[in-house]
Amino acid sequence: MTASSAPPRTPARLSVRGLTKHFGTVRAVEDLTFDVSPGHVTGFLGPNGAGKTTTLRMLVGLTTPTAGTATIGGVRYTELTDPARTIGVALEASTFHPGRSARAHLQMFAPAAGADAARVEQLLALVGLTGDAHRRVGGYSTGMRQRLALATALLGDPDILVLDEPTNGLDPAGIAWLRSFMRGFADSGRTVLVSSHILSEVQHSVDDVVIVAHGRLVHASPLAALAALAVRTVTVDSPDRAALTDLVTRRGWASEPAGAGAPGALRLLHVRAAEIGAAAFAAGVELHLLTEDAPGLEDVFLRLTGQTTGVAA
Amino acid sequence: MRRAVRLEVAKFFSTRMWWVLLVLMAGYMAFLAGGMGFAFTATPQDAGIDASDPLATARAVYAVGTTLGYVFPAIIGTLAVTGDLRHRTIVPTLLADPSRTRLLVAKHLGALPVGLAYGLVGSLAAVGAGAALIALGGGDPMLDSPDVWRTVALSTVALTLWTLVGVGVGSVLSNQVAALVALLAFTQFVEPIARMGLTAGLGDAGGRVAAFLPGAAGDALAEGSIYSLMSPGSLLTWWQGALVLLGYAAVLTVAGRLTTFRRDLG
Repeated sequence: MTASSAPPRTPARLSVRGLTKHFGTVRAVEDLTFDVSPGHVTGFLGPNGAGKTTTLRMLVGLTTPTAGTATIGGVRYTELTDPARTIGVALEASTFHPGRSARAHLQMFAPAAGADAARVEQLLALVGLTGDAHRRVGGYSTGMRQRLALATALLGDPDILVLDEPTNGLDPAGIAWLRSFMRGFADSGRTVLVSSHILSEVQHSVDDVVIVAHGRLVHASPLAALAALAVRTVTVDSPDRAALTDLVTRRGWASEPAGAGAPGALRLLHVRAAEIGAAAFAAGVELHLLTEDAPGLEDVFLRLTGQTTGVAA
Repeated sequence: MRRAVRLEVAKFFSTRMWWVLLVLMAGYMAFLAGGMGFAFTATPQDAGIDASDPLATARAVYAVGTTLGYVFPAIIGTLAVTGDLRHRTIVPTLLADPSRTRLLVAKHLGALPVGLAYGLVGSLAAVGAGAALIALGGGDPMLDSPDVWRTVALSTVALTLWTLVGVGVGSVLSNQVAALVALLAFTQFVEPIARMGLTAGLGDAGGRVAAFLPGAAGDALAEGSIYSLMSPGSLLTWWQGALVLLGYAAVLTVAGRLTTFRRDLG
């Protein structure tokens, strides 16, 4: 990405305050409050139907909130003087006429974003669509549409980039490319808000997370703080299960069945493998399984959003 | 505003729809005008036309666009709005400029050059084929009459205004299929029946109401269409017709702004 030739602009903070949207009796978004800081990539996470897209649509004025506000540098989207140069937005993939080529689509929207033909070609190359730019979008794959949506969002060389589920339909190479692109965009002092229903697809590129479920905020913090919420677990098994259970009870360790992955084994919470090993050795309980599970962010995410992991059950 | 209009013009000319419909319209107008021109001059008694008035005959033939072809510009105008909603290009459009009022105004201004193209092509196709077949039928194409060219020019204006009426229809009926079905049903079925029914059933009063139907207004604007030939004095004056068409476009668009374009879009 080239730096803008426009006068230096102060990257603006995205601010969501008490944002609420009801569709009839459905509470799609309920009293949502969070901030997105300049220079950061913020992951906007939640399961399908959590209200992510509705929130983003309210941010850009396509949907009218039932209550609350969403502002960009203190200004509502509909009151921005030059929205395309302030904030680039790619909502879910298909916002293209199938009969138009990618180049025609970008050229059509370029003047409204203050972009010229050279910028269009530059963006086509950036997202890897130069070779297909003359083809009609109707024949594009989902991944190609995602790339075109990103190029459209970047037309005005904005300070803020909002991407709604941009990894949908992208191949692994495309996802890796998008990660480094978002990283580079934020490292230049600009702002990225990227939504996803899969934490692992964005966890390597986000600084902050905003997690929603059922339209409500369940967690907002730097990514590192989310990792601290991960529960350390150890899976343990013994040929003498009665003795093992007795040991666990005497030590007062929290336990649960390990589940399908290790039938009959126990999963112990908030305890290290070394401690269990020492205690079992001291009590003369033979162990044939002692595995410290890596704390998984995905598990934290699923727990926060009230989704069952299927393994912990 | 200039950017918004430019975007709307670009939308028309960057897909194939505009010229596909334009070619269809040219062919249909040439066919109708040719057929009428030949029937009126070769067998006037069968056509129920007074062949002693070659000027009236020629004008009726050349104005066939406003009598029967106006559905084409109306469709392209409707598609300008419903296509945006159907393919969700309304999203990048409103992201580029969030003002929905400005968007609807830009759609009208952007539709003007397209409507003018439809008006010119529709009128000239009718003149070309109509004049040739009038001559073939043994009549006078009257191409040296200023009145004929006045009708051609006014017919072009009428077809252009029909594009704006289409934009209005599309902004009220946001569902593309519903809008096109309603447009076709109204122009091809409801209005022709209403025009005859009102006059036949309610006499002069009904006729005065019928004159304000959009198709009748378009006929009035073109001056000398087949309708005015068949029932003289039943139409408004040309400028009244233009105002009525503009009125339909404006009322429909304002209604669309207060309904479809006040809702969540995209």
